[in-house]
Amino acid sequence: MTDIPLAPERSKNFWTAKETVKSWFLTTDHKRIAILYAATLFVFFFIGSAGAAVIRLEMITPGADVVSAEGYNRAFTLHGIIMVWFFLVPLIPTTFGNFLLPLMLGAKDLAFPRMNMASWYIFIFSGLLALTAIWLGGLETGWTFYTPFSAVYADGWVTLSIFAVFVSGFSSILSGINFIVTTHTLRAPGMTWFRMPLFVWSLYATSLVMILATPVLAITLLLIIAERAFGIGVFDPSIGGDPLLFQHLFWFYSHPAVYIMILPAFGVISELVTAGARNRIFGYKFIAFSSLAIAVLGFLVWGHHMFTSGQSMYAGIVFSFLSFLVAVPSAVKAYNWAATLYKGRITLNTPFLYAVGFVGLFVFGGLTGVILAALAVDVHVHDTYFVTAHFHYIMVGAAVTAFLGAVHFWWPKITGKLFNETLGRAAAVLLWIGFNLTFFPQFILGYLGMPRRYNAYDPEFQIWHVLSSAGTPILALGYLLPVFYLGWSWFKGRDAGPNPWRAQGLEWTTSSPPPKHNFLGPVKVTREAYDYPKQDPYKGPLPRTAAQEAEDDRREGKSAEDRR
Amino acid sequence: MKEAADPSGLDPYEDGETRLKAQRMGMWLFLATEAMIFAGLFLSLFVIRTLHPEGAAEASSHLKPMVGAGNTAILIIASTLVALSSVAAKDGDERRFITWAGFAGAALLGALFLAIKIGVEYRAEFHEGFIPGAGPAFPIQADGAQLFFNLYFAATALHAVHVLIGVLVLAGAALGVWRRWLKLPDNAPEIEFCGLYWHLVDIIWIFLFPVLYLVG
Repeated sequence: MTDIPLAPERSKNFWTAKETVKSWFLTTDHKRIAILYAATLFVFFFIGSAGAAVIRLEMITPGADVVSAEGYNRAFTLHGIIMVWFFLVPLIPTTFGNFLLPLMLGAKDLAFPRMNMASWYIFIFSGLLALTAIWLGGLETGWTFYTPFSAVYADGWVTLSIFAVFVSGFSSILSGINFIVTTHTLRAPGMTWFRMPLFVWSLYATSLVMILATPVLAITLLLIIAERAFGIGVFDPSIGGDPLLFQHLFWFYSHPAVYIMILPAFGVISELVTAGARNRIFGYKFIAFSSLAIAVLGFLVWGHHMFTSGQSMYAGIVFSFLSFLVAVPSAVKAYNWAATLYKGRITLNTPFLYAVGFVGLFVFGGLTGVILAALAVDVHVHDTYFVTAHFHYIMVGAAVTAFLGAVHFWWPKITGKLFNETLGRAAAVLLWIGFNLTFFPQFILGYLGMPRRYNAYDPEFQIWHVLSSAGTPILALGYLLPVFYLGWSWFKGRDAGPNPWRAQGLEWTTSSPPPKHNFLGPVKVTREAYDYPKQDPYKGPLPRTAAQEAEDDRREGKSAEDRR
Repeated sequence: MKEAADPSGLDPYEDGETRLKAQRMGMWLFLATEAMIFAGLFLSLFVIRTLHPEGAAEASSHLKPMVGAGNTAILIIASTLVALSSVAAKDGDERRFITWAGFAGAALLGALFLAIKIGVEYRAEFHEGFIPGAGPAFPIQADGAQLFFNLYFAATALHAVHVLIGVLVLAGAALGVWRRWLKLPDNAPEIEFCGLYWHLVDIIWIFLFPVLYLVG
């Protein structure tokens, strides 16, 4: 590691290799494409949050006073469509997947760099279509586009929105193909399958789901478009269709889509927990294969969204059983992360706090998922706030927390700068408190019988709705705070050096930010992943991380120049 | 690390063999996604046949199995030509003629398939009232018959779009080889991938034909 210059020449890092606008919009560098994706998703996140803000504002009082029923429907549809299709599904794969996969494997780029760029352009195009539909007035179908409502009754810009989601699927498919082929063909010499970081395993499982499930969504959406545009009745009973068919086809994609959102988050947490605990991962192969197991089981449980739809009782029992099974590989991961902490040397730094917060939220979301998988209970809480709270714990609580953990962990690698640890820890804690305050009351609401997607409710529910709405500003602060201190560090932060966390992993052996072709010299892998030194905790101090050094300097009032 | 072989910096591979392996794998994964698109339609057809066996059989009896069988034969012959061309492409420039003539022949057969599908079958079905939203009213009363026909149109129309793309791809490749824009055997992998796409179009039809035409 000593031969890597701490401050690489300006021309050598990927931000400064070429600084024209054209060089960004025609780039094939996976790192730059990751940055482009991140900027795009940032915009979508704020648009989707605006929908959530309208929902929580309306729900403070029992009456319908902020927006009309129609306006409320349009608000939650906007929130759902933008957040699911244009934020959560691409969130970790297109940003950290793009950025890290070649770095973690010791490759120069992804297998198909131009295809990677194409996937971003397709995503932008589909996103603009969706925004156009919303700008023209939106739609009221909810993010699931259930038929016959979406096929027959719904007005608004349904066809355009469905087409937008259809197009965005191709961007997912291209990313998925790229990641799988890269993992197979571009591993550095010595990087065997079982030396790969667990993030790569989880990304591989995610990509499998992306390429196998997304086409089924594509044909489903195409059939709705055919029905609305040409009257080819597949779902509308009055012209010979079967509305239930839509639910089967839709959930065949959309349940695995939940795993597209959460599997890469699992991978991130495996990296954060090992680096935070400075310990090798407990049960590497179990975690690797549990990702694949979740990906496979994810294809077999779509019917648990349809327990009350009138599908056969026997189908319901089988789907219920298979849904319980998903808990097994999920629990394997949670236990293995906990076991990794044992005899580790834990530093409560920002990424580690996010990781611990993730495990808490994920366990909550996962256990309530087991409750929902039980046939009889689901009939009681189906389409209530219980379901809303459950999937927000997984898709937002867990996945977005993991994303923010990843942002903090790899920020020094991406930008070459250190952020303010104190504010980082504060943001991690705020996020956790705000999220629980917002969504825990919704479990109670749902159990008491509050249905989702209503803009007015009985006064007895008000206290829980007020609590939930009160959590929103705290949650928003948890999301916004990093924007400020990370932005500040961008301009004023201390140089991070190649490996501020003293973490293992190939990405930490190159300079920060990495040079255009990732590594300055040839890469050869000789060790397993997470090969943290086994040390007797009573002999010798741990190496200080750069973040800790910065903290010490701050306390002692030293400046960066003094240290040099 | 060696500089990328490609001066534009697009190429992440150390050697041509790995690059070819990656390209072939990417192509197969792409074909898998295409197969999954049709899988949704096959699943829907399977559901209808389970729920409404009589309606599906009744609707299917109004299709023209002999025309469908003829079209199947056309696609299989085209696939054979494509397979021969792909092998000839690997042999290099002296067998250039077989490569482009085979592709061109297959493209013509593909066009013939479309002409029969649209000019003979869809035309007759329009006059009998099977086309949704156009022509006379739908004539069959049995449950599920209309859904069967709607899915028949969705599946065969989507397949026809794929045939059209395949014809354009084959014709483009044939033109490229004929005019020497594509060099043999250097561009043999590209020829092979164009051929793979055609084989996919063919194999989807080979499943569609019995599922749609031979139900009764």
